[in-house]
Amino acid sequence: MSEPILSIKDLKVNYGGIEAVKGISFDVEEGSIVTLIGANGAGKSSTLRTIAGLVKPAAGSIVFRGDDITGYDTNVIVRKGITLVPEGRRIFPDLTVQENLRVGAYLRSDDISGDFQWVYDLFPRLKERTWQAGGTLSGGEQQMLAVARALMSKPKLIMMDEPSLGLAPLVVRGIFDIIREINAQGVTVLLIEQNANMALKVADYAYVLETGRIGLSGTGKELLTNDDVKKAYLGS
Amino acid sequence: MDLRKNKKRDALLTFIAIAAMLTVLLVMELTMKSTSILFTVLKKGMIYALVAVSMNLLNGFTGLFSLGQAGFMLIGAYTYAILSMPTSVKLGDTVYKYYDCAINLELGIFPSLLLAGLFAAVFAALIGFPVLRLKSDYLAIATLGFAEILRAVFQWDKMGPVTNGANVLRQYKDLTKLRIPFTDIKFPPTLFCFLVAGLCIAIIVLLINSSYGRAFKAIRDDEIAAEAMGINLFKHKEMSFVISSFFAGVSGALLAMYQYTVQAAQFKTAMTYEILLIVVIGGIGSVTGSCIASFLFIACNEWWLRFLDESSNNILGLNILRSGFRKVVFSVIIMIIVLFFSKGIMGEREFSWNWLHKRKKTAATEEVSGDG
Repeated sequence: MSEPILSIKDLKVNYGGIEAVKGISFDVEEGSIVTLIGANGAGKSSTLRTIAGLVKPAAGSIVFRGDDITGYDTNVIVRKGITLVPEGRRIFPDLTVQENLRVGAYLRSDDISGDFQWVYDLFPRLKERTWQAGGTLSGGEQQMLAVARALMSKPKLIMMDEPSLGLAPLVVRGIFDIIREINAQGVTVLLIEQNANMALKVADYAYVLETGRIGLSGTGKELLTNDDVKKAYLGS
Repeated sequence: MDLRKNKKRDALLTFIAIAAMLTVLLVMELTMKSTSILFTVLKKGMIYALVAVSMNLLNGFTGLFSLGQAGFMLIGAYTYAILSMPTSVKLGDTVYKYYDCAINLELGIFPSLLLAGLFAAVFAALIGFPVLRLKSDYLAIATLGFAEILRAVFQWDKMGPVTNGANVLRQYKDLTKLRIPFTDIKFPPTLFCFLVAGLCIAIIVLLINSSYGRAFKAIRDDEIAAEAMGINLFKHKEMSFVISSFFAGVSGALLAMYQYTVQAAQFKTAMTYEILLIVVIGGIGSVTGSCIASFLFIACNEWWLRFLDESSNNILGLNILRSGFRKVVFSVIIMIIVLFFSKGIMGEREFSWNWLHKRKKTAATEEVSGDG
């Protein structure tokens, strides 16, 4: 097996006085889609926020492409090629679609016109709305914008925190198509979802988080057919 | 393509408009009496426009609710007055009556203006470290507190050799002492205010439209998302705070030039509130709004509503006009503006040639349809 692009070892995170993540280890293979599923409060978001550098870990190590990035600042981590699409979209409502995308490319000093072309090809809907304020977009469009904005930093690994949150089923399907598409173009994806069914269907590999620890793991297909997972997360 | 053409056209129109405005100003100053109230309003309005825009950079574009503007103006005004005061005056007994002036240095107008801004910026950089970790109301209270402390320190007896204690500073290089370089001809003072403050506002506008400005706006809209995009929150907040304070310092210096005298007692919290009022009336997040509101505010305060204070003018035989009545009417006007324009005159929009163009077009089509 090749060296994983991201490798987490014994990661512990304290968040608001409680131990949200109690020592988890997992790997993300380059070019794959990996998903963490689990109930509310299992520590999924905390894990992603820690990898992105928004929260500092209490213990453990995060290795990205051979570099130990544990405890680095977010701007360093984004520069190295990891970008987070935050939970609840969080686009900049008073900035236009184009300005939102420019902020996504904030740390880059090279030419970004090609990347504009790239994300507008991925999301033609956004191209029609270049000059519209982000806050005037629909929920699904805002999620597209949030993903597009993250892609503007040209990440090697894109992390998505609940991209299906609060969206209609049809829109959710569209978002997951996009995730596959992005992955097919060579971006590794680390995905957190409560919508376990959808997430497991697209994932190459999946981990189940239970109150700060990793319970099960396996390929998406394996977990989809696993009885425990079925009972707890798929509702059948 | 069309967009790029418009940009070129807009830049040209802006340039022509500014040049025309400055020419009109120059002609007015050469032909009208210099004591005319119009010039007072224009000068003070422009100075307040600069400080309002600098406050808007913080409050409207970076989302930092800071109320320290009067404090930074105080630093700017004092720095300018002390540095530009001739050494002979400092050594004499006319200004520093009770103290021996400790600063034996005399600088020209431009170095003094620049240092006025720099001192304010350095002070902002220092208090930025503790203060900018606070959010919203707490930040407002902390900055307000620092501004008040500053005023007390400048009035302090022990600071007398530098600040002349609570006494006034005067006889420094004020607006009447402006000369055209290498000649003895007076430089038009209002034009000077417009040039300096206008240049400063132009720099702020360029900053707002740069990628730094976009980062500021991103922080205002959503701190967490901005941080996730790799924007260093503290660094950018500090930058915005320091730059805003620099220009507040310059406007303080201009105010000192305009006033002929400077005293710390003037730079009270009430002054910050006046500026905040201008920013809110003009529209939080609109540079043109701040400028328009500033001139309206100063004009109402100093000129248009003055007649309300004269008890000799009776309306319908009633003797309601007396000194202070102006403030009552003024408050009512402000309340009406806040009620009916809750986002200020301009909201978050800016003046643009496109908008003017469109209005002209619709007016023209209306006329045509009206004829038919």
